[in-house]
Amino acid sequence: MTQYLLSVIHDWDALGDTTPEEMQEMFEATGRFNEEIEASGHWVFGGGLEHPSTATVVDGAKGANVVSDGPYLEAKEHLGGFWVIEAADLDEAIELGRRASAACARAVEVRPFQSE
Amino acid sequence: MTGSPSEPGPADLSARITEIVRTEHGRVVATLIRRLGDIDLAEDAAAEALLTALERWPGDGIPPNPGAWLTRTAGNKAIDRIRRESKRDAKHAEATMLMDAHQNDGPHEDTGPVTDDRLRLVFTCCHPALALDNRVALTLRLLGGLTVAEIANAFLVPETTMAQRITRSKQKIKAAKIPYRVPREEDLLTRLGGVMTVLYLIFNEGYLASSGTGVRVDLCTEAIRLTRQLTGLIEDPELGGLLALMLLTEARREARFVDGALVTLEHQDRSQWDPTLIDEGHTLVRRCLAINRPGPYQLQAAINAVHTDALDVSMTDWSQIVQLYDQLLVVQPSPVVELNRAVAVAELDGPEVALAITERLDLSTYHPWHVTRAELLRRLGRTGDATAAYDDALALVENQAERTHLLRRRDSL
Repeated sequence: MTQYLLSVIHDWDALGDTTPEEMQEMFEATGRFNEEIEASGHWVFGGGLEHPSTATVVDGAKGANVVSDGPYLEAKEHLGGFWVIEAADLDEAIELGRRASAACARAVEVRPFQSE
Repeated sequence: MTGSPSEPGPADLSARITEIVRTEHGRVVATLIRRLGDIDLAEDAAAEALLTALERWPGDGIPPNPGAWLTRTAGNKAIDRIRRESKRDAKHAEATMLMDAHQNDGPHEDTGPVTDDRLRLVFTCCHPALALDNRVALTLRLLGGLTVAEIANAFLVPETTMAQRITRSKQKIKAAKIPYRVPREEDLLTRLGGVMTVLYLIFNEGYLASSGTGVRVDLCTEAIRLTRQLTGLIEDPELGGLLALMLLTEARREARFVDGALVTLEHQDRSQWDPTLIDEGHTLVRRCLAINRPGPYQLQAAINAVHTDALDVSMTDWSQIVQLYDQLLVVQPSPVVELNRAVAVAELDGPEVALAITERLDLSTYHPWHVTRAELLRRLGRTGDATAAYDDALALVENQAERTHLLRRRDSL
C-alpha cells in the first residue's frame, strides 16, 4: 500500500460565486465521501483549511528565527484542504481522487508520499 | 516463412538480427518487468541479452525461437546482476529472494486469464497520468526497442532532453505506482483509446516528416509494427480501423513525393501504390465495419479504402466519401473533418458549394484550410484571391516538400 496526498486546489476569491445551497451540498457530499473511505480502509487523515490569509510563515532554517505573515506564496489558488489516503496503486488513488473531487466540487491533485 | 536457397550474406544476417531484436524487444522487456517488478533492471538485462545475441548469432546462427532465447538470456543476466549486487546491498537481497521464488513458481500470473505481458506494458506506457509526449517516448523506447538517440532524432529534440523525458516518466511510474496491468473491463475501452492516440501520433509524426532525410527512424513502420502487435492481443474494431488507416496511408508513401515535392492524392501515380498494403487495409476495413460499431479510425480507414479502390482519380466514388464524412462528423464533430468533407463535396457538387462550406469554418491558423480555399478559388477562376490564399498557406507551412508543391501551384496560376 502507498499513501497519497489528495490536495484540493481552491480559488478563495471565487468562493463568493458559490451559493449557500451549493456550499451545503458540498459539505454533505464531502462528509459522505469521508465516511465511505473510512469504512473501506483508505482513510488516513484529512481536513479543510482556513483562509490562506490566516497562515503564518516560520523560518528556522540555518539558525534563523523569523516569523512573518503568510501565506508563503502569493497565488490565485491555494491549498483548501487535503486527504491522506492509502491505495494499492495510482489507478486506485486516481479513482479515490475522482470521487473526492466530485464531492468537494474542485480539482484534486494526487501525489504519492515517499516510501520509507 | 521459407529460407532462401542461397546462404545469406553477412549484411542480410545483420539486418535480420536487427529486425528480430527490434520485434522481440517489447516482449522481452515486458516479461522481465513482470518478473522483476523493475523497469530499469528489465531494460538493462534486455540490452545485455541483445548484445550477447549480436555477438553470438552471426557465428552460432539464429536460434529457432529467438524471442524465447532473448527472454531466457536476459532473465539470467538479471539474476546474475541481482546476486552480484545483493552482496553489497540488503535491499537487493530481498529481490534475490523474490527472484528465486519466481524461478521456482515459473511465470506467475495474478490477474486471471493469461495475458501477453506487452499488453500490460502498453497500458503502463500510455497511462493518462503521463504527459502525452512522454507516453510516446516511453512506448517507442520500451515496446519499440528504439534507442534514446533514435527517438530524440525522430522528434528532433536533443538527446539529453529525450533521456530526461524517459527517465522522469520511469521515475513517476515507480514513485506514484502506475500499475503494470491491463485495465479493468469497464475502463478498457477508454484506456485503449489513449493507447491508440499515442500510436497514431507516432505514425503521423513519421508521415508528416517523411519528406525528410533518411537518418530519422521510420516512425511509420514502428507505429504499424506496434499497432499490428496490439491487434493480435486485443480484439477491437477501432484498433483494426487504426491499423487499416495506417496501412492505406503507408501504401501511398512512394507516390507522395517526386523530386522533393509533395504530390497530392489526385496527381499521384497510382501504379506506385503498394498493392499488398492496400489489400490488407481493405480486408481489415471490411472486417471491422461488419462488426457495425463504427468509430473515427474505422471511418477514416473506410474513406481511404474508397480512395485506394479507384484505379484513377476520375473513378473515385465521391458520394460514398461524402457519406462517410457525414458519419465521421456524427462520431467526431470537428471543423477539420468538415474541411475534408468540403474537399469531397467539391467533386460532387462543384467548387462553389465547397467554398461556401469552407468559408464558414474558423480554421485560419490551419494551413490546409488556406490550401483548400486556394484550390477552390483557382477552380472558380478567381486568380487573385487564389494567389493570396496560397501565400497565406505558405506563411504557415514549414515542411519543405509541401512548400515546393505550394510554390509551384501558386506560380502556375
